[in-house]
Amino acid sequence: MNTMSLGPYASFIVTCYLLVTAVVAILIAWIALDYRRQKQLLRDLDAAGVVRRSGRNAADIR
Amino acid sequence: MTLIDLANPTRFLTLTARLMPWLAGLTAMLLVIGLYQSAMAPDDYQQGATVKIMFIHVPNAWLSMFVWGVMSLAALGTLVWRHPLADVAAKAAAPIGAAFTFLALVTGSLWGRPMWGTYWEWDARLTSVLILFLMYLGLIALWRAVEDPSRAARAAAILTLVGAINLPIIKFSVDWWNTLHQPASVIRMGGPALDRAFLIPLLVMAVAFSLLFVTLHLAAMRNEILRRRVRSLQMMQAGQRSA
Repeated sequence: MNTMSLGPYASFIVTCYLLVTAVVAILIAWIALDYRRQKQLLRDLDAAGVVRRSGRNAADIR
Repeated sequence: MTLIDLANPTRFLTLTARLMPWLAGLTAMLLVIGLYQSAMAPDDYQQGATVKIMFIHVPNAWLSMFVWGVMSLAALGTLVWRHPLADVAAKAAAPIGAAFTFLALVTGSLWGRPMWGTYWEWDARLTSVLILFLMYLGLIALWRAVEDPSRAARAAAILTLVGAINLPIIKFSVDWWNTLHQPASVIRMGGPALDRAFLIPLLVMAVAFSLLFVTLHLAAMRNEILRRRVRSLQMMQAGQRSA
């Protein structure tokens, strides 16, 4: 985006786009980290010998 | 595959694992196209370049209401059909909806300052969207406050359905009351009032953000299913230890 063509309110426009990018990035990172945390907890349970009722390993994410 | 088939969390996780890479790729592609079209869109004769804020403000505003609509359907799924994934869907959607509503409020405020001369006005549209944001926060707090997910689900479902009353108020606030916010210019009787140069980038961005929501929602639902699996296995482990 060429900020030279954004006129006198360029700071408002750029702030909006940066804010949306930041919030969406935080949302993606939060969901990805949460997935890693749950998988790690399931691996720990698997290592402790806990088995699901179906007989599958705890860490079997299916 | 029917809704009944998806009631099985294991089957849902398998389907999600297959769908997510495609959805993420399509979302990224549409976002790149939408952002390029937004950057290349001409200035508006009245608003100048600030019209570019519309391309991110409007999709976020649409999604703020759409996500509550999804949660309302999920609430019916919990209360009426007792679908096992309904409350998972509702709980997973709430933080994403809150984020979209926050962005709609802040980008609207940043658009309002140069156009209206003020960041905020207690008019019907702005106030009803602020109430929607507060309801999202209340719902997230409720999910966190009640430890048992099934008990939390029923309370959250009732609160969600009560909160759905706010959706038509938001939509028609600009028609029912004299507001600073402009009336609808895309979804309205007589078709969109926007020129194609603005309408096409806006629709591309709206589809891109909708796909972003679907992708994030599926990922958050997957996390919630795993969280419940962890919880039940931890309870099983605690039971084995105490026996």
